[in-house]
Amino acid sequence: MSARILDRLREQFGEAVRATFSNHGDECAIVDPARIVEVCAFLRDDPELKMAMLVDLCVVDTLGLDRREGGRFEVVYHLRSMASGRRVRIKALVDEGPSGANPEIDSVVPVWRGANWFEREAWDMYGIKFRNHPDLRRILMYEEFVGHPLRKDYPKEKRQPLVRRDFS
Amino acid sequence: MSQQIVLGVPTAEEFDTEEDLPTEPMKINMGPSHPAMHGTVRIVLTIEGETVKEGDVQIGFLHRCFEKESEYATYTQVFPYTDRLNYVSPMLNNVGYAIAVEKLLGITSRIPERAQYVRVIVGEMSRITDHLTCLGAGSMELGALSIFFYAIKAREWIWELLEEVSGARLTHSYVRVGGVVADLPEDFAPKLRTVIGKVRESMRELDQLLLTNRIFRDRMDGVAVVSAEDAVAWGWTGPTLRSTGVDYDVRKDHPYLVYDRFDFEVPVGSRGDNFDRFAVRREEILQSLSILEQAIDQIPPGPILIDDPRVVLPPKSEVYNTIEGMINHFKLIVDGIKVPPGEVYSYTEGGNGELGFYIVSDGTGRPFRCRVRPPCFAIVSALPALLPGMYIADIVPTFGMMNMIGGECDR
Amino acid sequence: MALEFYSTKLADALNWARKYSLFQYPFVTACCGMEFMALAAPKYDVARFGAEFPRFSPRQADLLIVVGTITEKQGPILQRIWEQMCEPKWVMAFGVCASTGGFYQNYSAMPGCDQVIPVDVYIPGCPPRPEQVLDGLMLLQEKIQDRTGWAQRRQLREHEAVVKAKKGHLPVVG
Ligand code: SF4
Repeated sequence: MSARILDRLREQFGEAVRATFSNHGDECAIVDPARIVEVCAFLRDDPELKMAMLVDLCVVDTLGLDRREGGRFEVVYHLRSMASGRRVRIKALVDEGPSGANPEIDSVVPVWRGANWFEREAWDMYGIKFRNHPDLRRILMYEEFVGHPLRKDYPKEKRQPLVRRDFS
Repeated sequence: MSQQIVLGVPTAEEFDTEEDLPTEPMKINMGPSHPAMHGTVRIVLTIEGETVKEGDVQIGFLHRCFEKESEYATYTQVFPYTDRLNYVSPMLNNVGYAIAVEKLLGITSRIPERAQYVRVIVGEMSRITDHLTCLGAGSMELGALSIFFYAIKAREWIWELLEEVSGARLTHSYVRVGGVVADLPEDFAPKLRTVIGKVRESMRELDQLLLTNRIFRDRMDGVAVVSAEDAVAWGWTGPTLRSTGVDYDVRKDHPYLVYDRFDFEVPVGSRGDNFDRFAVRREEILQSLSILEQAIDQIPPGPILIDDPRVVLPPKSEVYNTIEGMINHFKLIVDGIKVPPGEVYSYTEGGNGELGFYIVSDGTGRPFRCRVRPPCFAIVSALPALLPGMYIADIVPTFGMMNMIGGECDR
Repeated sequence: MALEFYSTKLADALNWARKYSLFQYPFVTACCGMEFMALAAPKYDVARFGAEFPRFSPRQADLLIVVGTITEKQGPILQRIWEQMCEPKWVMAFGVCASTGGFYQNYSAMPGCDQVIPVDVYIPGCPPRPEQVLDGLMLLQEKIQDRTGWAQRRQLREHEAVVKAKKGHLPVVG
């Protein structure tokens, strides 16, 4: 039954769906990052799929993982249909721009409101810029923080203190 | 009937018009150190009189880098970190994480039955403590301090029992990949039955004190109403989603462990207001108690750990007496459990809703990426949209019933 | 000589009163807060030690209990709260996170709240058992009586400097 989701996606978007696979019972499709909003809106509105809930949005930094090429960061969307209970995972691969500019992808907030904070977190932790996001600020770290801590090249113990004790 | 006429002083109604009491929008800070902001959250409110115009919810004050830390820990070492995610129901996080790793290892079907029952039992006990804390703290914030004492008293009984099982009152780290670390103590069943009875009694007391309490109902009824569509669009799960009438419960819809063998109901609300969120939690405690009773009746004897030397530490007698045992032990401790490359998203019903773990493995003993999908992150993310139009006093019960847990929301 | 004798006795009496009427400000951030709730609840009943009354305003409190992990984002807030408290004041680090950072050694967690404020009593444990906290509270009471709390020591030091400057000045009680 679940494979049907991936078929539908491939029917609809053809080339934009770069690969599909499933393991451990999770269906997964890698899609063209430029068309992510289109794909998501289709998944939400298609009467057969009706993926009404964005369960999770996260990012994987594949630096050091020789698994696939085509982008250092994977933006991962986990969706669930409330009607049928089926799930699907959508991935979009994005890469840093020239001279280390932040990678960019379109925001899916217009499709699911709940994406708002998840995207802010992805920006905070990985520095993925979500175009058209209503309010892209840091969420977990403070504004003064430099860098994006969950990237693989950020040292785990590199603190950036705001205050330290300055009395005897 | 004579009416007293006081010249020159307008009546209360006349005061009530906008022209008489002009208000300027004002910014105030609620939190970060505010008694009703569990953990620490900062809400920057723009208010006009008592009405909130806008609220900016700022989280992240308890960001302890669960995800970064777990990239540096072996699969087994991640358990203590999961304890501290939703620290009101640590067992549920333990179970959720263990199930995710087992799914990735492909040993889900081989987990001994007794271990699965034990997980259900400790998990449901944790769920009860979670909901009790939420109800107790939530009513304390509305001024009902005695409820808090009743709830904490009941929680204390369960904690004592969990302490007997795992050795720790709060941070248990009791579950392991492949089972649980130790069997239940000998006289666990009768003790649990006593505790169930006592908690039921406490719940009755709680009901009597709260359900018809005018002050409580006035502040909960009809406040922060959320429709089912909105809740789904925000990604709500768990009791808060069910309060809006959607009967999504991972335990029923995607049964894991042995949840399909129990007879229990999924309570749903009808209006989606604060009182419904309260009532759903209250009913879930009772349902969990009944699951516990069934589980303790059904639990079979048998091993509590999977028989697989790649996953489970050898018994101590082997470690000290045989070279193979010692090497195996050493390997498992130092290198960790070797998990085949791949990725998995596994979800269980946590205290606040769907608790998901998305683990990417690169074939070594440490997770390459261990993402946790925190249920209350999605729930709290709806708060800025709920705030406008509310009174300041409504924020406290609304936030309380969202049951934001800092450790889970900020990780 | 006699005057000094009486003023020391008065200080002792004052400190005795202080140690049994600690108004605490719980700065609850994390999991230790659950244990803190248990501590305040009937079974462990911190009221027996005269410290039952949480004041959620730093200006009315004289014991700051730092309960849980302090992150870098939270450091300035904690420091500000401490500065708002009136002298003499005491600080208790509840749990290993507040004492040393515990097992969180990373870019966000602060290695102990003593990086930003002075601490009088450290209570280890993750989370500490309520009994442990009560033990810590008794240690703090001893410290208050002996005038060895951080704020008291500083007062004493400052006072000695003043005395040195103007010889013969009467000692200040405290
Ligand atoms: S010491 Fe342990 S229980 Fe306390 S806040 Fe830190 S991690 Fe949580």
